[in-house]
Amino acid sequence: MKRSTTLLLLPGLLIIIILLIYPALRMFIPTFTSGNSLFENYRLFFSSSNNLKVIYRTLMIAVATTLVTLGLGLPTAYWISRLNGNWRKLVSIIVLFPILTNAVVRNFAWIMILGKNGVINNFLMKIHLIDTPLTLLYTNLAIIIGAVYLFLPIMITSLVSSFSQLNSEIEEAAEVLGARPVVVFFKVILPQVSLGIFTGSILVFVGALTAYTTPQLLGGNKNMVLATLLQQQSITLGNWTSASVIAIVLTVIAVVTMFVLNKVSKMLDRRNNLEIKN
Amino acid sequence: MKSKIRFSSVIGFIVLLLLILPLMIVIITSFGSETAISFPIKGFTLNWYHNVFQQPDFVEGMKMSFIVAILAATIALLIGIPAVYALTHFQIHHKSWFQNIFLNPALIPEIVIGFALYQTLVISFGLPLFLSLLVGHCLLCLPYVIRLLTAGMMDFDNRIEEAAWMVGYNKIVTFFKVVIPNIKQSILAAFILSFITSFNNIPITLFMNGPSLNMLPTSILNYLENNYDPTVSAVSVILMLITAALMMIAEKYLGLNKLT
Repeated sequence: MKRSTTLLLLPGLLIIIILLIYPALRMFIPTFTSGNSLFENYRLFFSSSNNLKVIYRTLMIAVATTLVTLGLGLPTAYWISRLNGNWRKLVSIIVLFPILTNAVVRNFAWIMILGKNGVINNFLMKIHLIDTPLTLLYTNLAIIIGAVYLFLPIMITSLVSSFSQLNSEIEEAAEVLGARPVVVFFKVILPQVSLGIFTGSILVFVGALTAYTTPQLLGGNKNMVLATLLQQQSITLGNWTSASVIAIVLTVIAVVTMFVLNKVSKMLDRRNNLEIKN
Repeated sequence: MKSKIRFSSVIGFIVLLLLILPLMIVIITSFGSETAISFPIKGFTLNWYHNVFQQPDFVEGMKMSFIVAILAATIALLIGIPAVYALTHFQIHHKSWFQNIFLNPALIPEIVIGFALYQTLVISFGLPLFLSLLVGHCLLCLPYVIRLLTAGMMDFDNRIEEAAWMVGYNKIVTFFKVVIPNIKQSILAAFILSFITSFNNIPITLFMNGPSLNMLPTSILNYLENNYDPTVSAVSVILMLITAALMMIAEKYLGLNKLT
């Protein structure tokens, strides 16, 4: 490598190695060396039924969030990709604005909507559908609703860019040949946007998996997830080893999911390209 | 075909409403005169906005969040621009390996980065809180800078640069007079996105704020733990106005699609 190249890359490399990778290793290694045996700390972590519950809840919330955002995002993105001119612009602003607005603000809105004296309970009591307020806030459902609200715009954005590249002639060809709309959607459109679906799903799944603000504000103390447990163990309890184990578990789940979904999406993409060429 | 469009436009319309309504409720409640948040509001007042500026944590936090976001975005650009230039202009062995290193921070969950930095920089090295926080936010911004600038550099026609060399400019002058002006849109986009990312960040900031260092999002989070009044709505509206202002700048100079 030329000296000038090294010089240009060096500041960035140094910062990442010294200020990210080194701290990460200093967190990673003691989780193995500080116990009586190599995996002692991990055995302890996984033997607690409470921790397993937290992992299960974290995964369940991430999966539910991904599926709901996909379900709502697919038709929405399809619709947006067919809009033109000023409508398209207005809708893009409405989708982009929440992404760029602070997560505290977006979750706070749902505290007001789901709370005991919140918008939903007030409305239901006013029309005499219920007599006592429902418990909506500080539940798993509240976290899922908050996470869907948080990540839906990201899912829509990933899908829209995929839908926009769609060749509508293929779709029309399928219709001319007599395929029903449902068949066209699942057999013709979906395979072509699989890349967008996977990109969006990776972003949403990993985002929901590692989100801190939403479970903190909407889940309360009872419904812990890995991120809030990590915060509790480290800042509140000062239990460094335990917090490090949680950090590693969270990172491994996130990275493995990203890796697997990436691989699957590349495989699907290659297969689709082959099919289209043939 | 018709039914499919109609179905997707109905869902799409409902989804858009669901995206806007919660923020509308926040805006409306910020004007309510009752001390407990209620919707619909009874009475109209601007007192809660006044109250925002009576909270030292909010005022201090706003200043600090601005300073950190501007510094973090600038430093990330200063590190990122030369790296991207090298990665896109020179033959480098294991190029993708280097690229992955620079995108690394996006791989590790933010809350884990915050925890790891807190443990090493603050506790072990005794680095000041402000400096550690700045490091965290730079790491946060770097992947955005690398991604947006790489795209910008790819669009840039290298022959323009070569032409400048041929007419006798040296490489450094060419870089500042020819390369930078040609990718200035990507630089602005990267700056705006970095600024917003840093300004809004909670998971990293969480570990590195304290009585001596107030950041706005964590101050709001703390305030919400003890209070539930329209002051939070009012400060939320102020945050939304900042977002709107940045989107307007982006739209004017770049077009909004640059931000996604």
